Amino acid sequence: MIRDITLGQFVPGKSILHRIDPRVKLLLTFLVIVFLFVAGNFISMGLMVAFVLLAMILSGVSLRLYLKSMKAILFIVIFTSLLNLFYGSGEPLVQLGFLKITLDGILRAAYISLRIICLVFISSVLTFTTSPTDLTDALERLMKPLRYIKVPVHEIAMMMTIALRFVPTLLEETDKIMSAQKARGADLESGGIFQRIRALVPILIPLFVSAFRRAYDLAMAMECRCYHGGDGRTKMKQLHLRSHDYTIIAVTICVCAGVILINIFLPGMV
Amino acid sequence: MALLELRDVTYIYGDNTPFRSVAVDHVSLSIEEGEYIGVIGHTGSGKSTLIQQFNGLLRPTSGQVLLRGKDIWAEPKKIRSVRFAVGMVFQYPEHQLFEETVLRDIAFGPKNMGLSEQEAEERARAAAGFVGLREELLEKSPFELSGGEKRRVAIAGVIAMDPDVLILDEPTAGLDPSGRNLLLNQIEKYHQERKNTVLLVSHSMEDIAKAADRLLVMNHGKVELFEDTKSVFLKEEQLEKIGLRVPQITKIMRSLYDRGIPVDPGALTVDEAIDALVPLLKGGERR
Repeated sequence: MIRDITLGQFVPGKSILHRIDPRVKLLLTFLVIVFLFVAGNFISMGLMVAFVLLAMILSGVSLRLYLKSMKAILFIVIFTSLLNLFYGSGEPLVQLGFLKITLDGILRAAYISLRIICLVFISSVLTFTTSPTDLTDALERLMKPLRYIKVPVHEIAMMMTIALRFVPTLLEETDKIMSAQKARGADLESGGIFQRIRALVPILIPLFVSAFRRAYDLAMAMECRCYHGGDGRTKMKQLHLRSHDYTIIAVTICVCAGVILINIFLPGMV
Repeated sequence: MALLELRDVTYIYGDNTPFRSVAVDHVSLSIEEGEYIGVIGHTGSGKSTLIQQFNGLLRPTSGQVLLRGKDIWAEPKKIRSVRFAVGMVFQYPEHQLFEETVLRDIAFGPKNMGLSEQEAEERARAAAGFVGLREELLEKSPFELSGGEKRRVAIAGVIAMDPDVLILDEPTAGLDPSGRNLLLNQIEKYHQERKNTVLLVSHSMEDIAKAADRLLVMNHGKVELFEDTKSVFLKEEQLEKIGLRVPQITKIMRSLYDRGIPVDPGALTVDEAIDALVPLLKGGERR
């Protein structure tokens, strides 16, 4: 079912990565993603892979969940690596009609796949170890300077929090409505594309109606608790950088510096 | 032959995952034609999962579900025909309404059965009559109705399929007392006229006591009791142990009986209690 998708799911835990400041995590993840593209050869890429693996181990989340999160984008990995496989230059190793596979192509394909896989894994580390509320909280604080150019930062963050909060609720609701319409003989599984789209009407209309009902209820509940936007609102959790935050920042910056040095002194491996 | 039969049915949510939980645990039972059965159990006792086995919304992890002696999963492609024979009204069924008019919403089920527009409409009008919807409501949008009326429309939508078994999951939840009584009386009347089988899931022991011939008591996914309503409610201690209680009037009659007053300790309704108590009070005699 829809619920089996693990990409973007939070896994509660007590690892060091769960405890560090979400702002630090967010920025470092961004940095690592940039450096996955900066890494110009297999040695610097190897360094990045090692770093991503270390982060995965430190997160204390089981490898199975990481592999499951890969499942959603496996197609993209295979597709791009196939494309690269056939577009290499140099002497062909295998010739299949107009398609040729070269050593350059194989290396390129491996390189690109590694990059995408690391990309997914490091973003998974972030979402697995950070609860959605922490994540939006971090975003809100990082975007705070934008307030001076009249961007409603707090409102955007609140909207994101609410949206994330209601994803599971609406999934559950969809499940219920589907069961109810199936009990009335709705046929969701057979027929051509147009029939299938039409069969969705009895599910989508009640779903919209209930989403609006929930929105009204939530707005009412928020007003009852005197919510009036972000002005003058204080935070329950004050974020402070602590020693383990600085350690992780230092390690990540060292790795990034290493990548740049390797790129400069050992260029042109790929 | 039993109308509905479960043979050693087990249902497990999220099998092979860390969230594995056994909702229905080796249940075997059979239900005869024309019975009115009450289903009670603590929250999470597996009632809702159990009733969804009957119309094939959930497929048992192991075991068989038989409708008139035939395994409903023998041909999975024909599972829809089972859903027409075993009608199911979910909790808060008013949330499933979607059509432009009340009449068309009620006719959704019959139309899915392959009936013609006209037949479907006739069925819908008859079903609306059963649940006491006034004629002038039928052309309105279902979203304009009151909560109680919406609930009736949704129930009519299932009755319109004319199922042999009607399953209702907490049909009175969130209704006011007069709405509850009205709805229960209408279901009772429908049951008596149509002579079909009704399964009523409820947390209200009073509602259950009034209507049901037999009670199915669920506890931790297993059948705790499946007996006459009266004999179930005589087992007050056993019910309390699994987080259930007996109707208040039964409790009163029981304590009167324990104090030596000659009344039936298993009286289930206020009317029954009045019939027993009035002559006693008039006569003024004591045992």
